[in-house]
Amino acid sequence: MELSRRDLFAAGGKLLILASVGATLEQITGAAPPSEAYNVAEHWWGMLVDIDKCIGCGNCVRACSKENQVPQGYFRTWVERYQVGEDQQPHVDSPNGDIDGFPADTRTDVKSFFVPKLCNQCAESPCVQVCPVGATFVSPDGVVLVDMDYCLGCRYCIQACPYGCRYLHPETNTADKCTLCYHRITQGLTTACCEACPTGARQLVDFKNPKDPVHEYMRNNKVQILKPYMATGAKVYYKDLDGSVR
Amino acid sequence: MRQFLRDSGHLVRPAVVLIVGIAAFLLIRTALIPKAFGQYGHYDAAALDRIRQHPVSFAGQDACVMCHDDQAKARAAGKHAHVSCEACHGPQAAHANADDPSAHKPALPDVANLCRRCHEKDAAKPKDFPQVVTAEHSGGALCTACHQPHNPHL
Repeated sequence: MELSRRDLFAAGGKLLILASVGATLEQITGAAPPSEAYNVAEHWWGMLVDIDKCIGCGNCVRACSKENQVPQGYFRTWVERYQVGEDQQPHVDSPNGDIDGFPADTRTDVKSFFVPKLCNQCAESPCVQVCPVGATFVSPDGVVLVDMDYCLGCRYCIQACPYGCRYLHPETNTADKCTLCYHRITQGLTTACCEACPTGARQLVDFKNPKDPVHEYMRNNKVQILKPYMATGAKVYYKDLDGSVR
Repeated sequence: MRQFLRDSGHLVRPAVVLIVGIAAFLLIRTALIPKAFGQYGHYDAAALDRIRQHPVSFAGQDACVMCHDDQAKARAAGKHAHVSCEACHGPQAAHANADDPSAHKPALPDVANLCRRCHEKDAAKPKDFPQVVTAEHSGGALCTACHQPHNPHL
């Protein structure tokens, strides 16, 4: 076959145009179809934690572990017991994340209370900022998630999280964390930890839902986020949080 | 013009190689990057749906009271009114979503440990929360010997 330079040039040009048009079309039309009945743009999830209601029973830890098949020895949520002396220096314990409860301690010479911890679902999350491959991200409805298919297991995010909420899953070797039970909240259920909490110390909230009691709650209560000086935009609000909590 | 084209012929070949290279790059890139990548941000938006596929273990309060009306009423009348069923009975989605729920009958909770987890005295618990030192309180008897768990007054 005789192919002149002119023909080759023309063919190359056509191929280039086709490829770029194809790529653009894929970007426009190839997007995943919107999930049925759940619109990500209509939600902005967070959580309220009422310290004065937490009894440290560990129901949330066990529920989370079962719901999400969290590997043994790792925690997406855990409960800490603070025992704070007059010098405001806290002694913190959390035996096995409180999955088996706390050994009873009735000493009254210290201020003591429980603090449930979980991913703070930061809107300006440091873990997302350090991910080199776009494997972890803040979803449009405000949940920090990990795409297992993209995660390389580099652990940058685990180091970056100021709250220590991430771990490397020992089987998949990818970063893992609280998903705020994304599979549940997107179908109208509450999170497993909130479902199992016997005292209502944890409450899943949707800041974009005008009917959510969170709006009244935020107006009437003094709340605080953990490590506000980190400017993470955390969306887990603690009521009656003591200044000694880190 | 003709003279110019003939003289610049040596430029055409690398130009063609460059264009073919760019085209190949774009084609491979299109094939490799997931379709939904970049829909919301620098990540694959399809991951949201993948994460949503995770199975549910806790059926939720509404599913329980759909059938267990008696227990729901007993509970609603007592101090455990705001404790969800699965807080004590554990995750029951397998039971609730089964074609024949009775085939997935949940095991009864282990009362000896269950009540204690919440009600054992601890200084860190809220002062107004009912707490006992179980060893002194019941002398080893099970809580259910005196208390009805759904409505736990004596």
